[in-house]
Amino acid sequence: MCSLNRTFKQKNNQIKILKKREKSKSSSLALNNVCDIDTLRTLIKKNKVRIVDVRKKDEYLKGHIKTAVSLPLAELLSNDDPESIIKILNNLGISDDTPVVIYDDTFGALASRVAWSFKYVGHSNVALLEVTFDNWKKLGLEVEKKSNKYPKTSHSMDIDYSIFADAEYIENAQNDKNKIIIDSRERLNFLTEHIPNSKNIPYTMLRSENSILRNPSELKRFLENRGIDSNNEIITYCGSVGTLSGLTFFALKTAGISNVKLYPKSFKEWKSLGKPKTEFKDANYWDLSAE
Amino acid sequence: MAKSIEYDVLSSSKNKESETNEKWGLAEESEYFANKVKLYRQDKLNADEFRRFRLQNGAYGSRLNSEFSMIRIKVPGGDIAPNQLEKIANLSESFSIGSAHVSTRQNIQLHWVQLEDVSEVFRGLAEVGLTSREACGNTIRNVMCSHFAGVCPNEPFDTTPYAKAIARFFLRNPICQNLPRKFKFNFSCCSKHGYVRIADVGLVPIIRDGIRGFRVYLGGGLGAASFIGHLLEEFTPESRLLSTSIATIRLYDRLGNRENLARNRMRYLVSEIGWEKFRELLLKERTLVEATISIPTRNNFESFLKAAETTAANPDAITLSANGKKRKLPVLSSEPNDTPYDRWLHTNVVTQKQSGFYSVYISLGAGDITSSQLRVLADCIREFSLEKKARTNPQQNFLIRYIKADQLPKVFQRLSRSGLGNPGANTIVSTVGCSGTTSCNLAITNSHRLAKEIQSKFLELNVDKDNDFVNSTIKISGCPNSCGQHEVATIGFYGGASRIGTSMVPIYTMLFDGSTGEDGELGKAVMRVPAKKVLEVVLKIIDIFKKERKNGEKLNEWIHKISMGNGTSEVKNLEDMKKILLPIIELPAFTSAPDFYKDYGTDTNFVAKTARGECAA
Repeated sequence: MCSLNRTFKQKNNQIKILKKREKSKSSSLALNNVCDIDTLRTLIKKNKVRIVDVRKKDEYLKGHIKTAVSLPLAELLSNDDPESIIKILNNLGISDDTPVVIYDDTFGALASRVAWSFKYVGHSNVALLEVTFDNWKKLGLEVEKKSNKYPKTSHSMDIDYSIFADAEYIENAQNDKNKIIIDSRERLNFLTEHIPNSKNIPYTMLRSENSILRNPSELKRFLENRGIDSNNEIITYCGSVGTLSGLTFFALKTAGISNVKLYPKSFKEWKSLGKPKTEFKDANYWDLSAE
Repeated sequence: MAKSIEYDVLSSSKNKESETNEKWGLAEESEYFANKVKLYRQDKLNADEFRRFRLQNGAYGSRLNSEFSMIRIKVPGGDIAPNQLEKIANLSESFSIGSAHVSTRQNIQLHWVQLEDVSEVFRGLAEVGLTSREACGNTIRNVMCSHFAGVCPNEPFDTTPYAKAIARFFLRNPICQNLPRKFKFNFSCCSKHGYVRIADVGLVPIIRDGIRGFRVYLGGGLGAASFIGHLLEEFTPESRLLSTSIATIRLYDRLGNRENLARNRMRYLVSEIGWEKFRELLLKERTLVEATISIPTRNNFESFLKAAETTAANPDAITLSANGKKRKLPVLSSEPNDTPYDRWLHTNVVTQKQSGFYSVYISLGAGDITSSQLRVLADCIREFSLEKKARTNPQQNFLIRYIKADQLPKVFQRLSRSGLGNPGANTIVSTVGCSGTTSCNLAITNSHRLAKEIQSKFLELNVDKDNDFVNSTIKISGCPNSCGQHEVATIGFYGGASRIGTSMVPIYTMLFDGSTGEDGELGKAVMRVPAKKVLEVVLKIIDIFKKERKNGEKLNEWIHKISMGNGTSEVKNLEDMKKILLPIIELPAFTSAPDFYKDYGTDTNFVAKTARGECAA
């Protein structure tokens, strides 16, 4: 099973390299995980970007970034097999080479989960907006209320297994020194229970005061402190649907880790499968919380 | 690629203050720490060596889990600026558990930080001038100072600059990097406020013939065996503060016990060789120090003092009339009505010696405060305090000072919206609890949670509204080592374990009649109380007190009376008290009520688990 995956992956990688070359010929900009405000505003002006708002529908209707389309995260999660995701891309008018920028109001976690899904089905030209919608508004940048709709497209499917992990994959990685499993939940949740041999990098470590992710050099230093280098393969998970760990996925990418995988079904599935957990019961750490 | 964003719209005025903060932290120490962690992880540094280094830098090991650390942020004199609180809030959210904890020695602690992330916390602290260096280990720990220093109506002068100059002089000073054990300085503002008798060096300010000076108490301290400090001499002029301090440290460094971990605090040295002998040696040592101290060294100290005086003296505040000579530091005297604001005003607002100005307590639960609350606190300080700073205090609360009377309703409104407006700060309601089994290796019981349980019960029963409980305290430690300062409480408790029938039970030893201030006394053990019976016992004591007390006695006065055996009617002494309480502490059979055999915060059966203490390096 595993070896099958690997050959599949290698093939995929070759295809992707070819594709990348094709892309570079076309005029659209290749986005790299995170998109800054100025770049997005330029792309909006040039009409060369599809912006995806993943907040709830009613929030979108109250106001969103100019030209953005609405894709509430729940809609994607209700059916996130590759075919459905392709359907979503088509409905949003996203072609193979359309640069896509995604934002939310949940410190980038929801946007990350959607962006990861797009990457997974083969749309690699995708990035998170560096700020939340709230900050975008505070900065007085362009907002509109009208619902946007674009002509349907026909996106190809090219599944990138190299960024995906399931429970079985995690199990095999648990005792592999080069593979690091990262739990993205907050510290107290991690202490209570986690996947054996996982390390805790809470999603709260990743953001800065005004940006959904710290700058890459800072993130790099954090990882270096933890003894993680760019040769390590990292698999991230969180509580239930891969949002917090989705953010970690992009943080690690910006920090220059090339081989990062997301376990989208996360700890919820792990527990439901009755897999072993590490629990820490020797301290009453919960009693330190003030609320 | 994202760059870091610095838009004025998104970040308010906050960062501009950093330049005015005193600099205790050094950015390079962060990097140094990160490298040491790497060496340790690569087995290039042995565990003991690393442990010593880690403690020297203020990172404790967490309870039964060496992957995580507790970072003890020093707050010299308890004096802290709003942007420092905001930085702590951010660091806690990023690397700790989203809350911070005020300790009984005015530190602020961050718990459960991954060892590899500690250096990042250090880096952040240094950015706002803070450090945790020498907050643990065999060093000079955080220098305490009464939170009223500078505003106390009874103080002869503000001791804050002296506390800070001492802190500055000894921080990173080679003469105190490897003492036999930790060493503590406590400054008070007057003879009433301050923990001067339970420190290695306790200092009470006095003025004699127009000269500033101190009454210096030596060799006090709480622990498995506690001692009350001895008065060195009637008057130690400020000019001898430095030489007296250096002499004490040198003497202790030379003669202190380096063999027996359990007897290596200075108080044991004093008790072993006797106070008279110690005093004689010390005075000789001081003469020697004074004869040999170099002018640059002395000038250094003077310059630290001057610098601290400049930061302490609020330009607007010093012009205020200091017209309150020898007044009490009263709470607003109005009888409390039923509105939350009135209740808060009654117990959490105190008048200052500067007329028209008030200090406001922020009551916390056993010192816990969330990151978002820290930000609210910071905003309040900026907006309402003339000195734009706050103090931590040994009751694990904050004090915001220099607030004008007409601002008080607004302050309350702001605080209470965020759960920071609880009343009862200067009454028995404000229960103290060390971290206990929430994070400490030595703890046997969950003292932290018990303190919070008592506080919320008291609030529910409106105990804060009753003047009888002003100035009484309950303080709880999770083991005999006294971080909860149970020996200086009106009613103190320390945790232990006991076998009842065939089950182990978390149990507290209850003490009566401890007190702080210059006349501070240690509490006397009364009896042992199972953890789950403590609340009931405390309520019963209050009940008996209400029946027994005479002529408007307050709880602490009544407890003092019966502790001295001078009680009247039913309860004459501690023995009588014990007799009444004994039926209450009886536990029902394990099978019918297993909960009574468990500690707070857990549903599993009690086991007394401890590991090596992190206190001594």
